[in-house]
This record gives sequence, C-alpha cells and structure tokens, in this order.
Amino acid sequence: MEQKSWKPWALLAPSLSAVFFLLVVPVCFIIVYSFWLRAPTGADIPAFQFGNYAKFFEDFFYPSILLRTIRVSLETVALCLIMGYIPAYFFYRTETRYKPALLILIMLPFWISFIIRTLSWINILGETGLINHVLMKIGILNEPLSLLYNEAAVLMGLIQYLLPFMILNIYVSLEGIDKSLLEAARNLGCTEWQAFKEVTLPLSLPGVSAGCLLVFVLTSGTYLPPMILGGPGNDMIANLIFKRVIGTLDWPFGSAISVLLLALLGVIVFTYNRYLGINQIFKSLQSGGE
Amino acid sequence: MKISGWSLIRLYTILVYVFMFAPIAAVVLLSFNPEQFGSFPMKGFSFRWYIELAQNEAILAAFKNSLILGTLTAFFVTMIGVPAAMAFVRYEFPMKNTLNTLLLTPIMIPEVVLGVALLIFIRWLQQPKSFLLLLIGHVVITLPYVLLVVQARLVGIKREYEEAAMSLGANPFQTFKEITLPLLMPAILAGMLFSFTISFDDVTATLFWATAQNQTVPVKIFGMLRNSISPEINALGTVMIILTVTTPLLAGYLSRKFAKGRPDAQSVK
Repeated sequence: MEQKSWKPWALLAPSLSAVFFLLVVPVCFIIVYSFWLRAPTGADIPAFQFGNYAKFFEDFFYPSILLRTIRVSLETVALCLIMGYIPAYFFYRTETRYKPALLILIMLPFWISFIIRTLSWINILGETGLINHVLMKIGILNEPLSLLYNEAAVLMGLIQYLLPFMILNIYVSLEGIDKSLLEAARNLGCTEWQAFKEVTLPLSLPGVSAGCLLVFVLTSGTYLPPMILGGPGNDMIANLIFKRVIGTLDWPFGSAISVLLLALLGVIVFTYNRYLGINQIFKSLQSGGE
Repeated sequence: MKISGWSLIRLYTILVYVFMFAPIAAVVLLSFNPEQFGSFPMKGFSFRWYIELAQNEAILAAFKNSLILGTLTAFFVTMIGVPAAMAFVRYEFPMKNTLNTLLLTPIMIPEVVLGVALLIFIRWLQQPKSFLLLLIGHVVITLPYVLLVVQARLVGIKREYEEAAMSLGANPFQTFKEITLPLLMPAILAGMLFSFTISFDDVTATLFWATAQNQTVPVKIFGMLRNSISPEINALGTVMIILTVTTPLLAGYLSRKFAKGRPDAQSVK
C-alpha cells in the first residue's frame, strides 16, 4: 500500500486524541475519584482509601441492585433470543419480491427515538391504557389492573429497545451462510428440519452469541426503562449511579459504582473476546448503518 | 408439512413486529385525541395538541437546541471520523487492529459511565456544564458508528481512479478535490446522517450534561413525564418519529439517485 508511514497517523490523530482526552482520560478520572473521600460538607477530598467500595458491600442493599441488574440483563438476553431468532430466520429465508421493503423493518426501530419507544408502553400498560381499557370494556375487569411500575413492564421496554440488535446480529450471520451448503444437505437426503439443525443453526451461532453479548452489555448499563416503566424496587445499577451523582452529588461513591459496572462489563467482554472474538458485533452494526 | 412450518414462522414474525410497533402506533393514534388525558378511548380526531405544541416556547427552544446540536455533532464527528476511516481502509501501520478496536469501544461503555466520566473531568477543569460539553460528549458517542459506516463504504471505492488522475498529471490536491471527494460524498453523507439521528435521540448521557438552558427534545420529554403521559407528549413523540424515520429513508433515496451514473459509487453497498 502507501509507503509514507506518517500519513495514516496524521489521518488518525484527530480521532485518537478525541477518544484519548474525552474517553480514556475521563474514565481514569472515575477510577481516581472512586478512592476519594466525601467530606460532610459535600466537598471531595483527595485520598486513597477503599471506603466507597466497602460502603457498597456493607449490607445487602447495593449488591442486590447489582445482582438484579445481572438477572434482568440475562432475562432480557433470553427473551430477545426467543423472540428474535425466528424473525431473523424469516427475513433470511423469505423469497417474496418485497424483501427489500421487509428488511427496512429490521432497521426501522433503530430510527425511532428511544425515549418515545420506552414511554409508549405507558399507553398500553397504564391504568387508562389499552389493555385495561379493553378488559374493562368487555366486562372482565371492574377495576383497572396495575400493570406498570414492575419488572415485567421494565422487561417490555428493554425488549423493545434491544430486540432489534438481536435480530440484526442473527440476520447478518444467517445471510453470511453459503446457500449451496443447504442445497447440499437437502440433496444428501436431509429433511428441511435436519438441514436447519445440522447446517443453518450451527453456522448462525456466531451471530447469536454476538447478539447475546451486545444485548447483555446494553441492558446492564441501561437507565431509561427502569426509570420510566419500573417502580422503586426495579432500580438497576445505572439508576443508582444517576441518583448518587446527580441526586445526592456523592461523586466518589458514584464513581466507585461506575467502576464496579465497568469492571463487570470488562470481564465479560474480555472473556468473550478471548474465546469468540468481538469483531462479529462490529460487523453487524456496520451492516446496520447502511 | 413444509408449508405449515413456514406459515408458523411467518405468523410468529408478524406477532413479534406487532409487539414492537403496537405501542408506537398507540402514541401516534392518541396524539390526535382531543381529550385532556391522553388515553383510550379516542374521543374524536383533532390537531389540538399539535397546535398547542407549536405554541409551546420551551419545546420549540428544545427543538432548536436539538437541531443545532445534531448538526454540529454531525459536522465535527465526520470531520474527524472520515480521515480515521480512510487511514484504516487505505493504509497498513503497526497496531492497526488494536487502534480500530479502541476507537470502537465507546459503543460498549454504558452511557451512564460516560456521562459521569465527562462530568468529573470538566469539574476537575473547573468548567461549568455548557453547550460545548454536550457537543463534545455527542461527538464521542457517535464517533464509533460513523467509523463503522464510513469504513464499510470506503472499502468499495477503488484506488484506480485516483491513480489514473495522478498519471494524467493531476496533483494530489486536484486528485482529492476532483476524484476522491466526490467518490467519498455518499460515505460522508451517511456518516453525517447517522450521527445526526443518534445525537438527536440521545437521552441518558444528555441527562447528565444538559442544563436548564440547553435542553434537547428527549430531555424535555423526560422532564414532562410525570405519572401519566400527557397528549402533548404523544404529539411531540409523533413529530419526532416522523422526523427520525423519514430522514434516513429520504437520504437513502437521495444517495441512490446521487450515485446514479457512477457505477463505482453504486457498487458500494
């Protein structure tokens, strides 16, 4: 390729310095701050002590929020996988001439504002929402059910946010499968189901695992669905960070919780990358942007 | 057997998409309900809430902020992202893969953490929250997406055109202006559009960085949400949906039209 070795560096310099100064350095600041003390006056005192971390694990209150975050993230991954694989397979196998129009459906949710998609569930699940309205109209209920502000409502919002990522990842890996492999399997006497089980399913697993990782990572850092659709008992770790930093202005403690969240994600992403490679995720997002 | 299996798959897909879009359809439908409380049943059809929206100074100010912020974000992130994408597609250099992954990591970092991190940083610099903070933050959030999209498009642009121009006597500047830049345009536009919509939609990190003076539309909606949804929010949501859905569709159409007669640019998927 090009022989001038300084050229790529000149092209990269603006992006690299932006990410270094606006991401790497600020994240280092969080780590440093997590060891600081908070004076009773509210001022931050530089220090090196583990009090903020000790406070987190002091009783069961904070760890339970961390555990809930992990549990809700796993539930979201499972639900997105159950709801997402079949539609992705449908988009892959459909032979209608409207396929390009159908593929727009995969991208459409990404273009609709996240906050609108989240709050739209209030119109469905609220006390005067669609479900209660219909059930009371046909006489099954006299009093409206309270369907909002619980974990199920949070999961509805999370699925609506994350399912498109799962479908996109699986679809991209399905599209990468050489269709002649399927024909070969069929010619050798496999039934449709056997061909799926022996050829398509194993070859789509990279997309499945990439989708699962992406959904897990995005769910565990999510703030909006628990905030809008959940009750006080449905807070996740991001809600806790927001309350400590913006609510009570406890920067050192908020930083310590952020570091714990980053550490959790770091371990997961690192392990995943070690065994499966992270590039599949970027590949899917790339095709999504086109 | 095969037919029934396939129709089950189709039915399942339809149900999943009903699940995805029914709540959004409800937002659009209820925005035309003239009742004070934006809920079912529909009691007529009116543009009452759109008219109130158009007279709400605070919302109009938020719209203006969002548009300016999105446009500036798109401009700056493309300015720094397109050269980086060119470096990754066109050159070989040490640590290429590591650096590429580094530039894509903001996707994996929760916005809450990014929000806190930048806030602590400007606190240390003793700067107040400002519009500049929002702009910087949005550039960091959108950069990885721009890199991904632009890289994907650049891969398809052949070097031969540039080499031909050079061998016909064009200097490097002329080559860039006459050949490279026009071929790059669809990639640049795609990057700008993508970053604009991400910036326009962003809530979580923006909640950390916004002040009362520079609220964006999603932050404003978040503030308007109390126990229930007002019909005004449904109307505002509908406006946002129309804006963020038609822009990429229109841009996709235009770029296809734009690329016509240029087989090379068109082959870029």
